[in-house]
Amino acid sequence: MDESRPIFVQIAEQIENDILSGTLPEEAQVPSTNEFAAFYRINPATAGKGVNLLVEAGILYKKRGIGMFVTSGSRARLVTQRREEFHTEYLRPLVAEAAKLGITQHQLADMIREEKSA
Amino acid sequence: MTALIEVNNLTKRFGKLAAINNVSFTVEENTIHGLLGRNGAGKTTLMQLLTGQEFATSGSIRVFGESPVENARVLNKVCFVKESQKYPEDFTATHVFRSAPWFFPAWDADYAQRLIADFRLPVGRRIKKLSRGQLSSIGVIVGLASRAPLTFFDEPYLGLDAVARQIFYDRLLEDYAEHPRTVILSTHLIDEVSDLLENVLVLNDGEVIIDSDAESLRGSATTVVGKRSDVEAFAAHREILHRDGIGGIATVTVARLSDTERSEALARGLELSPVSLQQLIVQKTKAPSQEFEQSA
Repeated sequence: MDESRPIFVQIAEQIENDILSGTLPEEAQVPSTNEFAAFYRINPATAGKGVNLLVEAGILYKKRGIGMFVTSGSRARLVTQRREEFHTEYLRPLVAEAAKLGITQHQLADMIREEKSA
Repeated sequence: MTALIEVNNLTKRFGKLAAINNVSFTVEENTIHGLLGRNGAGKTTLMQLLTGQEFATSGSIRVFGESPVENARVLNKVCFVKESQKYPEDFTATHVFRSAPWFFPAWDADYAQRLIADFRLPVGRRIKKLSRGQLSSIGVIVGLASRAPLTFFDEPYLGLDAVARQIFYDRLLEDYAEHPRTVILSTHLIDEVSDLLENVLVLNDGEVIIDSDAESLRGSATTVVGKRSDVEAFAAHREILHRDGIGGIATVTVARLSDTERSEALARGLELSPVSLQQLIVQKTKAPSQEFEQSA
């Protein structure tokens, strides 16, 4: 766990990542709050807060007495959301660091192409 | 949520020393609380007061809505695992576990058996032949298997190795999830338990200096590293918890930063790193004692 951010946010992100990667397919059941707590060794209340964050956002939904499930269409929604964040979270720091090291925009573009073909 | 423990203006004096000095706080039902602080901060005294083993000098304590002192209705629901619990030397651990149901109505003997296997406790061996860690595991097993609605663990794992401590944390979380109850865990191994805690109460010289939920303490401080002049400029007008440096490099720990402040710091070429709960508490509680004497 990353010390700087609330654990429940990280739990929510972890579930989102599993949905994005297909580990948790749409309409699949997600582990229970207690299973998350035991796996990540965190307080169950904290795990519950992370799961609830996704319920409120409509990424997960509750079936009473059965558990939590991934909402249909949530993968596409997460992709859109993450693409918006990609700019601030990855692109901007990358360009800033490249500028610091004197890497030109062309060189940077070449490096990205090479990385992809490697 | 209801308050299971309510403490108001509690003071406990031993002669001139105020071991607990005008302390007020509440503990909600079915939460895991960390009771943290340095040696001699008053943690054990506070737990003794809450379990009716010490008399308060002044102030009030309500546990399950009543005073705990000589009150069987309250004490039946309480389990207090002490750091240096003494057992009769010629007892075996089996004797301890057989007598436990007399004191703890919710005692689960099957669960105790599973814990004994987990901790590999030699139950037939006499107490005086057990190692320090094995003695500690008796206390931990009693604390877990008693399933008391209010359980205190006072430094429960003196001498327990890293594997046994991890078993304790895992079993505590599992059993707490299945049988919710209120747990108060006093410990110096803050990094090991910080993710388990829902609330944190920090004592220093008999006073409560932090009473907060653990989530809001996370990220409540940040260490800023960079060129001395840049760091000083950034840290001016801020609350500084700690200051350090070597050569032209300075580090300061400051209170919570907003997102704009973070990007401002990064734009100035400063590095930001999070402060763990343990570091935060070390920095908040290490003020030299003469400062307290002067202010007292």
